[in-house]
Amino acid sequence: MNIDLKTLTISEASELLASGKISSVQLCSDYIERIEKIEPEIKAFVYFDKESVLKSAEESDIRRKKGEHFGSFDGIPVSVKDLICVKDQPCTCGSKMLKDVHSPYDATVVTRLKEKGFIIFGRNNMDEFAMGSTCENSSYYPTKNPWNLNRVPGGSSGGSAAAVAASEVPASLGSDTGGSVRQPAAFCGVVGLKPTYGRVSRYGLVAYASSLDQIGPIAKDVHDAAILLDMISGKDHLDSTSLDKEDVCFADVVKSAGNSLKGMKIGMPKEYYIEGALDESVFADIKQTEKLFKELGAEIVEVSLPHSKYALASYYIIATAEASANLARFDGIRYGHRSQDSNNLHELYLNSRKEGFGAEVKRRILLGTFVLSSGYHDAYYLKAQKVRTLIREDFNNAFKKCDLILSPISPCPPFEAGTLLDPLQMYLADIYTISVNLAGICGISVPSDIVKNLNVPLGIQLIGPAMGESKLLKAAKVFEDNRTIRKFVPNL
Amino acid sequence: MTNEKKAANNIDVSYIASLARLKIEDSEKQKLQDDMNEILGYINMLSELKIEDVEPTMYACDIKNVWREDVLEKKNIKEYLIENAPENVDNNLVKVPQVIPGEEEA
Repeated sequence: MNIDLKTLTISEASELLASGKISSVQLCSDYIERIEKIEPEIKAFVYFDKESVLKSAEESDIRRKKGEHFGSFDGIPVSVKDLICVKDQPCTCGSKMLKDVHSPYDATVVTRLKEKGFIIFGRNNMDEFAMGSTCENSSYYPTKNPWNLNRVPGGSSGGSAAAVAASEVPASLGSDTGGSVRQPAAFCGVVGLKPTYGRVSRYGLVAYASSLDQIGPIAKDVHDAAILLDMISGKDHLDSTSLDKEDVCFADVVKSAGNSLKGMKIGMPKEYYIEGALDESVFADIKQTEKLFKELGAEIVEVSLPHSKYALASYYIIATAEASANLARFDGIRYGHRSQDSNNLHELYLNSRKEGFGAEVKRRILLGTFVLSSGYHDAYYLKAQKVRTLIREDFNNAFKKCDLILSPISPCPPFEAGTLLDPLQMYLADIYTISVNLAGICGISVPSDIVKNLNVPLGIQLIGPAMGESKLLKAAKVFEDNRTIRKFVPNL
Repeated sequence: MTNEKKAANNIDVSYIASLARLKIEDSEKQKLQDDMNEILGYINMLSELKIEDVEPTMYACDIKNVWREDVLEKKNIKEYLIENAPENVDNNLVKVPQVIPGEEEA
């Protein structure tokens, strides 16, 4: 049978494979054909090995024929952001620094996907070391928004979101340090989930800011995001911050979500909806969403997050401080770029780092080094960590009054390519997503509308408490079912 | 030190770059200096908060120490790691420039 990749989800592919209507080889070949056709325009991938994908697909088909397949998702392709290690594949983090490096092992999330028979389909473009909100900070090439090629796909997991939106792959794993899964998902009209900190093992994820980083799925719909979360979450002895798996199947939660949100309280933070802070289209979308939630039976309550104003400053201190420490390992000695223009060891460090890192990475390393430097630690890093405590308490208090929080993802629709050049302006666009990482809680981005005159999608954000993914996914699913936008796909 | 808790008015980019082992060209210095000072002006808003008594948060979830047996695990990836080195030589060694200054290498 012909496969309609544009609407195909993981769950549908799984049914088609089970019924024998399609094979994994056919499925993967169709995706490969699509990639070869549209990838020159979108540029969502930095690495793709056709032969190895087809070989894995053949193996999967043989397993299935023998009845020895690794579960119902065996043979389905999934891609990963270029900072998640896959054995024998490159792992460049969108940086010249790691251009020739190959991963010696699989990240835990990759091991878990492979154990279920998923085929790791390729590696998606990203802002260098996950630093950026547009996918234009990749040292290879910028990725385009499949809806409107003059707009950015968001970042830093822009390649993952663009690939899913363009139906080059049914789903991808990204990483979210300050919104890097949720914001590109919203910009590309797909679903992006940032799990509770610790829910998913970070082993094999190249670190940006270790206390904020979390791997999350980008998928066509809420159900697929839940399926992937089921696959990748749970305790891992290789990541001491990973948490035990709860006795719950998120995919089942989504399946039985029903069509009512009766009894659920949705909080709207008064600090988030100050007039003029949001683009008109985003404000209108939030108002419409509020109305829909009421119609679906939810109660809307006003909540307060009084320290929201300080979240961004706190975030950029903590994230850059951790980044400056994490990125100190890239020194040109054991792996990565080594300058050929040095007379001694000290010069080798200086030159390798100068040549290997792009401008935004250098800026963040400098800022992080500064806030940790002698004499300034208390005024910046320590203070930022105290603000982090206040932000957590804000959320704890808010969740006493509501189950979930409704918020925009970005204050504006996807930016025009090449226009977001001022670093501080770029940081300010993260204002609605970073608090979730500071507090370590969970958040999801769900497509909500299309800005007609720009032909770009918008997404809303639902925020849940720590380990609150069940409620989060249920509400996201009911919302998704009642917004017809999911039926729209980019015209490619 | 007297400046322990004070915010800064500007960042000495050259000094910070030397701490971070980053070489900054003269041509990029001014732009970086301006960018850093703009960001600094923004993050300095934290100094208006009076939060001496607040406990800092290092990790967002309440992490407890976890004890486990210290068991040796063999990964057998040594050769693979050496292959990733920018300059490797025979016998599984990574080549680096002279570390201790002194006589030029023969």
